[in-house]
Amino acid sequence: MTIKKLMVVLGALLVVAAMVSGCAATPAAAPAPAAATTEAAAPADAAAETEAPAADAAAKPYIPVISKGFQHQFWQAVKMGAEQAATELNVDITFEGPPSESDVDKQIEMLSAALAKNPAAICLAALDAKAVIPQLEEAKSRGIPIIGFDSGVDSDIPVSTATTDNIAAAGAAADKMAELIGGEGKVAVIVHDQTSRTGIDRRDGFVNQIEAQYPNIEIVNIDYGAGDQLKSTDLAKAVLQANPDLKGYFGANEGSIIGVLNAVKELGLEGKIVVIGYDAGKQQKDAIRSGVEAGAISQDPVGIGYKCVDAAVKAIRAKNCPRSSTPASSGTTARTSTIRQFSRCCTIDRAFGLM
Amino acid sequence: MAVMDTTSASTGKAVRSSGAMQKLLAFGGLIVLFIIFSLLSPAFRTFENMQGIVLATAVNGVLALGVTFVIISGGIDLSIGTVMTLSAVVVGLVAGDDKAGFPIYLGVLVGLLTGGFAGAINGTIISRMNVPPFIATLGMMMIARGLSLVLAEVKPIYFNNLPGFRDIMMGSVLGAVVPGMQVPNAVFILFGAALVAAFILAKTVLGRYDVAIGSNEEATRLSGVNVASWKTAIYALCGLFAGLGGVMIASRLNSAQPALGVGYELDAIAAVVIGGTSLSGGEGTILGTIIGAFIISTLTNGLRILNVPQEWQMVVTGVIVILAVYMDIIRRRRQG
Repeated sequence: MTIKKLMVVLGALLVVAAMVSGCAATPAAAPAPAAATTEAAAPADAAAETEAPAADAAAKPYIPVISKGFQHQFWQAVKMGAEQAATELNVDITFEGPPSESDVDKQIEMLSAALAKNPAAICLAALDAKAVIPQLEEAKSRGIPIIGFDSGVDSDIPVSTATTDNIAAAGAAADKMAELIGGEGKVAVIVHDQTSRTGIDRRDGFVNQIEAQYPNIEIVNIDYGAGDQLKSTDLAKAVLQANPDLKGYFGANEGSIIGVLNAVKELGLEGKIVVIGYDAGKQQKDAIRSGVEAGAISQDPVGIGYKCVDAAVKAIRAKNCPRSSTPASSGTTARTSTIRQFSRCCTIDRAFGLM
Repeated sequence: MAVMDTTSASTGKAVRSSGAMQKLLAFGGLIVLFIIFSLLSPAFRTFENMQGIVLATAVNGVLALGVTFVIISGGIDLSIGTVMTLSAVVVGLVAGDDKAGFPIYLGVLVGLLTGGFAGAINGTIISRMNVPPFIATLGMMMIARGLSLVLAEVKPIYFNNLPGFRDIMMGSVLGAVVPGMQVPNAVFILFGAALVAAFILAKTVLGRYDVAIGSNEEATRLSGVNVASWKTAIYALCGLFAGLGGVMIASRLNSAQPALGVGYELDAIAAVVIGGTSLSGGEGTILGTIIGAFIISTLTNGLRILNVPQEWQMVVTGVIVILAVYMDIIRRRRQG
């Protein structure tokens, strides 16, 4: 009796599963997530079979790329760049990241698992600048080069780091803000969080530049909206209500600035507030075109992904080649700074080019 | 808080037979918040800001309405946040830019059904397979989160080709009828949903069995009620509200954001608890839940306007949740 019932339930679940997968199949062009899972599985096996792929010159070198996440547009673009480099340079990569950008522990597990596979090199965007240092030291002792991307670590172990200089970029946003509001008045800031390197750097880069260079500009509010579009909208709206004389708003990542844009639109303040953002997704580009957003700091995530894999390959070659005995100093230069304001939106009218 | 304590001591006896005490406290708390913030900031008491508060309550309020039914039945639903997201994504797949291209109403309908369907699965797993609600809905929370990302191909789906979609929340039907009253539809959706929920709880068989199951599930079963089916219906109803939340958030953001929704369930549960619904089941009111949701959003809004650091706002909300439940416990002790 109960078994029968269970069968019925299981049958129902199967039907559900079929329906859901049917749904998933309808948008036929769904390569990204599917590809991610299959790739993640395959090279792991390969690495397990060939014990030391790095030492074996004939085998394709295996480079795990450990990012801070995979859900945001930004990381998807980094992944695209990394895969592009992998194809061109004939290496195997896997791209993985923890489910959220506060899962420091999960990222450390991923890094440990990657080390266990004995890779040729590792690309890492550290969630926490200090927490990963034990794993990095293990990598160093085993001669596995580490290449940082997006965020640096508090250590000189990474051979190089492909990143945006967030302090400088946010400072540039501050200069632009000051220029557009005429060097005086009130501005507000909304950031994704208080603890991540990018959150801290972008906030401080903007705030310090304003405080140092523009004494007549007052920062009335710094909020944290977790990069959540809805929460950021409601926060920004309250700030706009409280400060009717607000002249400008700076949003430190995609979710934050979309919140500001929603708030400005809902209150009918389009064109009255100078909105400057970070990143340039589709919604932001539209806002810039329509004039609601004055401009954005656009990073080059594809470039970051490409350069980190490229740097990894160079580091592997340097290591395998006996004449350059100091792989750490060779390879690519550190800090591939990609502050590209509107690098991708140059056709947009109000783009302020700053390269 | 000292004032509140004395009030509860003096009037506790008079109303101890009902949950009215808790409601009174919550409502009084909300009024006090409004008065304090209004005195401290002229920006707080503007008509626009009041609209802003209602808008900020809308999504959380609707999620809280749904989960009120589940909590009254003695269960819990942790999946509402991500089921909301899944519903939003499904609306996007049906009607969004560069997707199937069906009309808006069909997208909304399928979105609502997605929520109801996920809820029905929760209910089936809980009532037929005897998996504890915490575990079953925790699983559903993860499933819905994963499916949202997979179905959306890990990127947002926009509704730019459907100008009418954003109007579901942000347009103003009232403004079209009464010039000058540009109150966004979201306000009416929230209160409409609350009225429907209150009706279901007070006037229908589902509502009565909901309370009965929460009070004493075994006695209800022995009275000949098909508890398993009604429980499934309760979770499906909760899912339906999560589906509505999904349509609302997609409309407000003019996009389905697949990574959103984690943590929304806890805000909703906090609203329900502040509103006096007991986590041990058997009692609770829709009005209480709505008041609870408003207390959270009013606090957020008011403290923002006063430039109180956000970290403190979390501390204050946490203290209020604990106090609300403590009041509930005191009241029960007096009853017992």
